[in-house]
Amino acid sequence: MIESRHPDRRVPAMLGALLLAIGGCGGDGDTGGASADTAPATGYEEQLRLALETVEPGGVITVPPGTHAFTRSLVLNVDGVTIRGAGMGESVLSFKGQVAGAEGLLVNAGDFTIEDLAIEDTVGDALKINGATNVVVRRVRTEWTNGPDTENGAYGIYPVQTENTLIEGSVAIGASDAGIYVGQSRNVIVRNNRAEHNVAGIEIENTVGADVFDNVARHNTGGILVFNMPDLPQAGHSTRLFRNDVSDNNTPNFGAPGSAVASVPAGSGVIINSNDRVEIFDNQIGGHKTANVLISSLFSAEYTSDRETASSFDPYPETIYLHGNTYGPGGEAPDRPALNELRVAVFGPDGRFPDIVWDGVVDPAKAPAGLEICIEDDATFLNIDAANGSANPSTDLARHRCQHPPLPAVSLALAG
Amino acid sequence: MGRPRQICARRVLALLTLALAAACQGPPEVRWHEPDAYPERLSDWGLLAHRQAGVVLGRGVVPYEIATPLFSDHALKLRTVYLPAEGRMTYRAQDAFELPVGSIVTKTFFYPIGADAGGKAMAVAAAGWSGDPADLTPSAYRLVETRLLVRQADGWHALPYVWDGDDAYLRLTGALLPMTLAIGGQPTALPYVVPARSECAGCHATDHASGRLSLIGLKARHVNRPYPGHADSQLATWAQRGLLAGLPDAAAWPAAADWQNPEATAAERARAYLDVNCGHCHSPTGPAATSGMHLDIHTTASRPLGICKPPIAAGRGSGGHRYGIVPGQPDASILVYRMETRDPATRMPETGRSVVHQAGVELVRDWIAQLPGECV
Repeated sequence: MIESRHPDRRVPAMLGALLLAIGGCGGDGDTGGASADTAPATGYEEQLRLALETVEPGGVITVPPGTHAFTRSLVLNVDGVTIRGAGMGESVLSFKGQVAGAEGLLVNAGDFTIEDLAIEDTVGDALKINGATNVVVRRVRTEWTNGPDTENGAYGIYPVQTENTLIEGSVAIGASDAGIYVGQSRNVIVRNNRAEHNVAGIEIENTVGADVFDNVARHNTGGILVFNMPDLPQAGHSTRLFRNDVSDNNTPNFGAPGSAVASVPAGSGVIINSNDRVEIFDNQIGGHKTANVLISSLFSAEYTSDRETASSFDPYPETIYLHGNTYGPGGEAPDRPALNELRVAVFGPDGRFPDIVWDGVVDPAKAPAGLEICIEDDATFLNIDAANGSANPSTDLARHRCQHPPLPAVSLALAG
Repeated sequence: MGRPRQICARRVLALLTLALAAACQGPPEVRWHEPDAYPERLSDWGLLAHRQAGVVLGRGVVPYEIATPLFSDHALKLRTVYLPAEGRMTYRAQDAFELPVGSIVTKTFFYPIGADAGGKAMAVAAAGWSGDPADLTPSAYRLVETRLLVRQADGWHALPYVWDGDDAYLRLTGALLPMTLAIGGQPTALPYVVPARSECAGCHATDHASGRLSLIGLKARHVNRPYPGHADSQLATWAQRGLLAGLPDAAAWPAAADWQNPEATAAERARAYLDVNCGHCHSPTGPAATSGMHLDIHTTASRPLGICKPPIAAGRGSGGHRYGIVPGQPDASILVYRMETRDPATRMPETGRSVVHQAGVELVRDWIAQLPGECV
């Protein structure tokens, strides 16, 4: 009965049998050299891939301890799935031999939890979660084990167009763009993570409602970035950065030329670009040779010079509020000739850039009330007056001694 | 069940299948399968058979062609549609046709078998084929995979089958097939990737928010052309045969350009090429909407097309360039860079391409070269 060898079995069972059968017969039916070996891959790669294809909604996929090698991207499209390893040091998905796929693991499904494993050495992004609602990334490590390298994949942990996302207890190392990159999302908490040796440690972009706290961002090119990019359906606002340790982010920029982060000067602690309603408080920020905090408009970023963008895009950072932050030394060697010349011009050859540097570009069409850069910190400050070619740089903080109402906390209704 | 017994069973089955196939001269009968019992063998669907006499389509299985195809590592393709008894496709002017539950759409990927200088058999990149399934004999063509889209009550289900000998086998996880492909006479290493079932959604979930699979090729603009060897548009033929309902007057039929038609403009051909190769992801509802770059045929504004638009999250996919498309400067355009690279992290499309489609690249280059304006 050829037609129904397994009449009452489901596909996974049949496929299991098929794996054995074809694996054992390898080469049957070849048409000479024009044929490839069509036997399925074996080992854990195939096992995990099959689990992702056949998991039921609500299912749990367990990744055993060990370093497991992968040649192709993994994809999950089933809602409600948990992928759980035995620890970010124990269960390692290694993509060193990857030949296909632009990610390590691509998730197009909601109510998703991934925890206690590591994804290493992917050719592109390590973990991309696209268009999902209710996402938990917990104690996951993404790493390029060779250290900073332009050839590394772009993003470590990368949720994009998500709603309700928690990233906690995770570690991101060596991304050639951002270690933890939250793009075009709503309602996000990023806490208790460590990001190091990336171009950008943690980046929040075009996202509405993000709380980023109790993280450590060290030895990146830039520590924590809050950006808005043009030409996207959603402009970001309302991000709170607090109780983070942002230190010594002086790694030379190894971002690919042309990428937005390639414009980040090495030695940047926190950068706010074109984003609105950002509250930065109770952080420890220090050891950055360019500046501990940079606040800029799109016009000062080097990734576009196109001013027509402004017609459909708000390029100005507005309603920015810093308070309670503690600053370590910094600003001794800004990583851009123009900035360094400005340092010398304003502060002398042995002077330092101050803690907080703002490009000073404001929308001339708007009344400033409510949109100010408010600084309550005990900090030094420079408005570089970029709109006028730095004709009148100013260190006067008096105009920035103001307050904005505190932003509300992000609340996630996530299980666990 | 022990492994040796499995091997023996399969060899016996293979022989039996050969014997049956030889005895069977007529077309296969299509058989329907429910989602909980998808067969491991493609032959159990009865959609097509690979015999010494070539490919024989199942009874009621209709081959079709589209004006500008997706590039898939130079694979040639046989596309078919099967409709249940009394079933019809419903015409849509812009979107994919509606097909009734019980419909099955297939796409079979294959290469001509040639030989290298030493006489070693090798798959060959060819520009096209006759369109006659009978020409696809086992000695002349190697079938690699057949992908099914099966219309169930809850939507389309994708099933990848990989050929091995005279049948193809369900591989939910896809496959990585190391091949050597002669491209322009040059043997080229090709890691041929059969997508996993979930990866089918990478292209066919054209509405990424819902995740539901859609047809891509069965749209009026793509199928409004004659099948090889025929005079009339497939739209007309299908309506006459009672396979297509709601067809308006011919004056209203849209037509995508044939990317190789020398009478069409570079813009028409390039936009048709980008529509088919990129537009299923790069659209306002597709998974690549995150990039803000939309290459579907309905996008006309310059910035969403990528003209003078900086990348969002391309990483090193930017290739050091500042904009998706720079008018007049193909070499400065990220789009061209990503079409020209084989690096899996940065190449486009992400799925289904390992080698470079030189002819496609040249077409897109020609189009960009003649675009007016500049990025300021």
